[in-house]
Amino acid sequence: MQQPSPESPAPNPGLGALFLAFFGISIMGFGGVLPWARWMVVEKRGWLTPKEFNEALSLCQFLPGGNIVNFGVVIGSKYRGALGSIAAVSGMLIGPFFVVIGLASLYVEFKEIPGIGGMLTGVSAAASGLVVALTVKMALAMREEIVPLLFAVAGFVAVGVFRMPLIASVLVMAPITILYAWRRVQ
Amino acid sequence: MNSDLGKLIAMFAPLSLISIGGINSTFPEMHRLAVEVHQWMSDEEFVRLYAISQAAPGPNLMVVTLIGWHVAGMLGGFVSMAAIVLPSATMTYFIARAWTRFREAKWRKAVQAGMIPVTLALVASSAYILVATVSRGSVLLILVTIATAILTTLTKVHPLLPLAAAGALGYFGVL
Repeated sequence: MQQPSPESPAPNPGLGALFLAFFGISIMGFGGVLPWARWMVVEKRGWLTPKEFNEALSLCQFLPGGNIVNFGVVIGSKYRGALGSIAAVSGMLIGPFFVVIGLASLYVEFKEIPGIGGMLTGVSAAASGLVVALTVKMALAMREEIVPLLFAVAGFVAVGVFRMPLIASVLVMAPITILYAWRRVQ
Repeated sequence: MNSDLGKLIAMFAPLSLISIGGINSTFPEMHRLAVEVHQWMSDEEFVRLYAISQAAPGPNLMVVTLIGWHVAGMLGGFVSMAAIVLPSATMTYFIARAWTRFREAKWRKAVQAGMIPVTLALVASSAYILVATVSRGSVLLILVTIATAILTTLTKVHPLLPLAAAGALGYFGVL
């Protein structure tokens, strides 16, 4: 794993390199693709500096869509325009598409075997723990902002507890929270 | 069949554009539409598909591929994946090019800060619905969920490790 040296020529990956890099990232990405994306793009290939990586990622997290898909769009377009985005995103999706359908077909085939159902129940209990952890980490990061936290609790009660439709809830909530933020940013 | 493909597109394309903070945030709405509105699957089947997608490598959005596959086979999976990816990816493509120009703009900072509590509300809702659906009142399963949450919050353990351990416990009938 070589650190790119400052005097090495500016990176200029082609469509094939973009496709292969993101294919590798996604197929290695058990339990989250993001750490692998950073390793590949920053450390292995030297396409982005750590600072550029953080900037690209914060934009990707704020825009709708899978963060990692958006990341592929941004990196692809940086080097090869729209075709680069298409190469990166299709490279990222094609491997997991076949793997996940293969796994689901195996499940349908073997679900009568005792233990398989129990195994998936165990995996889903742990997987929901990952989402709980994500919630806790996000809430801790904004623990000093009481009013935004109260907004989040209100939204949680509406969408999580009372199962209100998501689009309508976001359309009600976002203008209020953005207006609040508007009055506070300089 | 064709009407199913149309319904899948109509379900996932709008979710693509409002999945702020990642696909996880649309989980409550996917669950509502797939289980309650369209009645394509039971609660249990929905959770199984989610578990399979989590056990496989790749982006979180692969649960969408599996919902489409469950409803309309391979083509359904492909169409659903395209529907959840293309709208937001197209939007990202155009916004990313403009966004850096407005780095210091006040409206940009306000939008960015204002969307954080919305995202938190949606992720918390996903967690709540997942835990309620998966555990169905079993104390042991809730303990597995809590243990995984604590472990991955406080330590740098690889997330696959608690998934594998819980899968093994389930396989041998402990849970």
